[in-house]
Amino acid sequence: MARSIFAYIVHSNGEIDDSYLDFINAAKKIDPDAKVTAVVFGHGDEVENVAKEVANYYPEVWKVNKESVAYPNAEIIRPMLLDILPNDSIFMLPHNTFGMDLGPGLSIKIDSTYIPDVVDIEKAEGDTLVVVRQEFGGQVSTHVSCDISSGAVITIRPGAFQTEEEPQKVSGNVVDKSSEVKDVEAKRKYIEVIEAEVGDVDISKEDVLVSIGRGIGDQENIPIAEELAEAMGAVVSCSRPVVDAKWMDKSRQVGTSGKTVKPKIYIAMGISGSFQHMGGIKGNPFIVAINKNPKAPIFQYADVGVVADLLEFAPILTEKIKEIKKG
Amino acid sequence: MEILVCVKRVPDIGENEIEITSDGKDIKREDLVYSVNEWDNYAVEEAIQIRDKVGGSVTVVSVGDDEWEDVLRREMAMGADKGVLLKDEKFDGSDGKGLATILKAFVEKGNYDLILTGAQASDDGAGQVGGMLAALLDWPFASLVNKIEVVDDKTLRIGREIEGGNQEINEIQLPCVLSIQSGINEPRYVSLRGIRKVASKEIPVYGCEDLGLSEDQVGEKAAKVKRIDYFIPEIGKGAEILEGDLEEVAEKLAELLKAKGGIK
Amino acid sequence: MMKEVLSPAYTTFLGLPGSFWGVLIPLVGIACFLYIVARRLIPLAKAAPDPRFDRINLRIKNLFRYWLFQYKQPRYIVAGVIHIVIFAGFLVLSIRSISLVIEGFYPDFVFPGLGGFLGKVYSVLKTYFATFVFIACIVAVIRRVVFKPERYKVPPKYGKEHTFEAIFVLALIGSLMVFESLFEASSGTKEALPPLTLAWFFKLILPTSSISFLQSVHTTSYFIHDFIFFFFLCFLPFGKHFHVLTSIFNVFFMKLDRGVVKPVRYGISEEELDNLEYFGIKYFEDFTWKHMLDFYTCVDCGRCSDNCPANFVGRPLSPRFLTIKSREYMFDRFPVLGLIKPKEPVVGKIFEEDEIWSCTTCGACEEECPVCNEYINKIVDLRRGLVDEGNVPQTIQKALNALEKRGNPYGKMESKRLEWAKSLEGIEVKEVSKKFKPEVLYFVDSATSYDERLQEIAKATATILTKAGVNFGVLGKKEKDSGHEVRRFGEEFLFMTLRDMNTEAILESGASLIVTSDPHAYNCLKKDYSDIPPVEHITEFILRLINEGKIKLKPIEQDDLVFTYHDPCYLGRHNLLYDVPRMVLDSIPNLKRVEMKRCRDRSFCCGGGGLMLFYEAEEEKRMGQVRAEMAYEAGANVIITACPFCLVNIEDGIKTSGLEGKVRVMDITELILQQLS
Repeated sequence: MARSIFAYIVHSNGEIDDSYLDFINAAKKIDPDAKVTAVVFGHGDEVENVAKEVANYYPEVWKVNKESVAYPNAEIIRPMLLDILPNDSIFMLPHNTFGMDLGPGLSIKIDSTYIPDVVDIEKAEGDTLVVVRQEFGGQVSTHVSCDISSGAVITIRPGAFQTEEEPQKVSGNVVDKSSEVKDVEAKRKYIEVIEAEVGDVDISKEDVLVSIGRGIGDQENIPIAEELAEAMGAVVSCSRPVVDAKWMDKSRQVGTSGKTVKPKIYIAMGISGSFQHMGGIKGNPFIVAINKNPKAPIFQYADVGVVADLLEFAPILTEKIKEIKKG
Repeated sequence: MEILVCVKRVPDIGENEIEITSDGKDIKREDLVYSVNEWDNYAVEEAIQIRDKVGGSVTVVSVGDDEWEDVLRREMAMGADKGVLLKDEKFDGSDGKGLATILKAFVEKGNYDLILTGAQASDDGAGQVGGMLAALLDWPFASLVNKIEVVDDKTLRIGREIEGGNQEINEIQLPCVLSIQSGINEPRYVSLRGIRKVASKEIPVYGCEDLGLSEDQVGEKAAKVKRIDYFIPEIGKGAEILEGDLEEVAEKLAELLKAKGGIK
Repeated sequence: MMKEVLSPAYTTFLGLPGSFWGVLIPLVGIACFLYIVARRLIPLAKAAPDPRFDRINLRIKNLFRYWLFQYKQPRYIVAGVIHIVIFAGFLVLSIRSISLVIEGFYPDFVFPGLGGFLGKVYSVLKTYFATFVFIACIVAVIRRVVFKPERYKVPPKYGKEHTFEAIFVLALIGSLMVFESLFEASSGTKEALPPLTLAWFFKLILPTSSISFLQSVHTTSYFIHDFIFFFFLCFLPFGKHFHVLTSIFNVFFMKLDRGVVKPVRYGISEEELDNLEYFGIKYFEDFTWKHMLDFYTCVDCGRCSDNCPANFVGRPLSPRFLTIKSREYMFDRFPVLGLIKPKEPVVGKIFEEDEIWSCTTCGACEEECPVCNEYINKIVDLRRGLVDEGNVPQTIQKALNALEKRGNPYGKMESKRLEWAKSLEGIEVKEVSKKFKPEVLYFVDSATSYDERLQEIAKATATILTKAGVNFGVLGKKEKDSGHEVRRFGEEFLFMTLRDMNTEAILESGASLIVTSDPHAYNCLKKDYSDIPPVEHITEFILRLINEGKIKLKPIEQDDLVFTYHDPCYLGRHNLLYDVPRMVLDSIPNLKRVEMKRCRDRSFCCGGGGLMLFYEAEEEKRMGQVRAEMAYEAGANVIITACPFCLVNIEDGIKTSGLEGKVRVMDITELILQQLS
């Protein structure tokens, strides 16, 4: 095989995206002896520091330090990658808003196969890669056979290749590729980021969250969750459908398009457990799932589960908690 | 502005569970109903609103078979001026690049300023055709667009939905390709009467030859990505389900939460 | 020296002969009046057609009942009595008024037939009535100014209070009485006037000595009366008092059928519908002439809004103001003086979308209106317009799309429509087929088929029918949503599609009677479908079973249970089935029943059914909660209803009102099942 494998490292404001080490695990599934080269784009001290940090785990880090990519603009980074990537390489990206922006076009430009949102890699034989993807909102999985003879751009589902093991520390070397990269007159210009409004409560700072999903049924049932939260000294958060229905403010949304939370305890009531929602939960909290559908994906993520209608169960739980607090 | 919107016909998943056939080669389709991909519908609504503001026309295009005409007609009933079907047996089994190649051939027959696609499709969730089409055409691209403002006939100001619910503002030059995120607007309802009104409107059909494509560019033969089967993965360890009646379970859970420090 | 007081025609007034004024005032008055009325008729001439000359006998009966006998007025007793007095006064005094006008130029005029004894009787009558009307006006003014009834209030968004116009008109009427009485009192006759009347009182205080003084009072009061009379006549078409003239027509042309929705456009058959440029109300002219007559006839009494559940819970709908805004628009766009303004879309100009979607079609407004205005058809027509434009709330769109694809608003699979029957132990629910063509068809409809809570109604109904030995079947997978709310939400073509599919399945089933536990389905099959077997609500069917002895009911065991029956809108107001469910309940021995204050035709809507469940309204409280609280206030701890939507709405209302444990709600079928022996 001896194919070059690259991993694009996403970072923002000095913080590296959580799943940046997953690529190493994924790469091993393609080739156990793979040496993955991390690719870091950015500007100034920030990119320098990120590159150094990444070099603790990646044997080689290619760094591009340019003002034009101080903010990661996929339309600029894509042609720059063309300047440095060797032919037939395998290029990995996270399947997030940046990966979806950069990946498809990149695969065309470097004439390689695009394999999006991969949750597992089952085998790699010669020029064929068999991966696992999901379809229909995660209801079913598929095996997909990919011809990677002229390389591949693979986007990895964040968290799908996480392992319990501590990643191996190495002393990688940082290679400055800035001079190899040509300046780009991109037809898409970054202007600014408008931050989501901060609501009355910052759920990303809370230790205990009582989270509700579509299963809450109606806006008028939300007090059931609020009472439970109050009894626990917790705060109510929710999944995207609750915000879309305008039952709760967007600042309460947990998920990849909402807030990232790092609680110690996460009670998921009436939440199905889509990966976009679970993607907003970091730090491996103690997850309790309450859902009347025993097949809901949430039970895969949870530590403890209750198969019940939250509208019936939550008030009882609230009572029990109040009793415990008293006695 | 001449706007092209690529739309896909997908199964309605809604309240219904998807089941796999016994041989695992496909999902059970007898009881399925189909409709336009939700993201694509948002894209068509956006295109219509832009056209109503600055003038021009909206064309919807699909790569599919005769059954896809219903979807095209519905979008025309919504307000798209024209519908086009790219149909050919040779297109069957195309992967993302194949579809983008077919669409590119069609785009080059016309004179479009703006191409919209949905951010992803509810069936395979790949989110790839828009970006690929842009690269093939060498047009600028932006994905997950949740806001479009026409600055002038050469420039758009767009917002992209990024992590944390934040919005990334960009200026992009026309012609360009944008993939549209759900929630960008509130799509209008298409009444049955509206669909009847466009029932006899013509939908031109173009095949492989009409588009000047060769067999080895499209279809199964050219596809580098092929689905082998569908399966339901084995359920791993998962959660420990608490047993008992609701009172008992609530007590157990309350104790557990206290032990984990969840009760302040 | 004058020896007697002369008729005004023989005297002078303001320097000109009385007969001159006696001709001029009526001439000018009538000319202006005719011109004003002609201008007011213009929008009606441009309006959509509305055939209202059918069933003349029934229309005449209605005229007597609602117009002449003021049947609806006493529903609000104080205002009702005041109005009946004034109205009766107007009728009686109409003869006097005509006579008076003619006397202005033909002083010896005697109204035909009122020459001799009858004339004297009439004279006494009219003098008393003038007095009653005068007193009624005073009471009415005091009521308006001092007591300020709630329903007359004008929320700021609708403009200023209407008190001035009300008092102005009362003052006009009062002054007509005053000046007529003064005229009477100053006629100089020796005959005594009927005692304690206004005229009698004036005669008492008028000095009889000076003939010339009496003459000037007589002449002046005559011409002031004449002037006010014609001023008032011309003033009528400018406000709510237009009803004085139009109410007789409005009642004659009133809606004759309950629970029925008008076709998209009268005169256009279903096949021709495709030719219409658009559906529904886009411009004001798309209202029918009768709708426009309604706008003119509205008396601004506020009784409709006072009974409107949407208004009560703070939704942006007030039927009264829907009408008043329309009238103001008509006056503005089609002025009496000036050019007619160009047409423009009415949604956004007069009406807001949320206002239009807020209506649950409960019919409380139509039930209450003393001049028999209709509302539901207007709302449906407005919704048709919105649907045509695609302007539909996203949640309703989802339900409509699901109805189109799957025949139910939940989007669940057709094959699961009979799932509820699978968990029924010991009871077999059979689907109709080539081999099974039962006599009775149980039409379940979507909510009862798919909603977990409501499936209990289906199970109870099936069990009751089975235990009573009824040979019944269901359509199962072939059943589609009845389409009742689909039609009332303005999606006419989707309704027609559902109706046609159901009709085919129903006819194929070979059943000779359809029974349903869902009043919306009941109303739909009865009124919106045609050429299908007769339809009964399950309570009608159960009552017959009870009377035939086919089911026996055991007594209520718990002594502390107090029941109350909530009238579903589509059983009660729209189908007049008030007594049958009560008789069913009263067949259960030892059942204690109380009535809520708002019951029967004043029943308070639970929040609506069908597509209404998918509408996210801006409101202060849920209607279901209001209703649950009403039941509790009435002293009940069990609410019985006969509609699946009432059941879920009230059940949710019990939860959110904190009355859980104090009140519960059951469907009547569940109670009957429980009490089956």
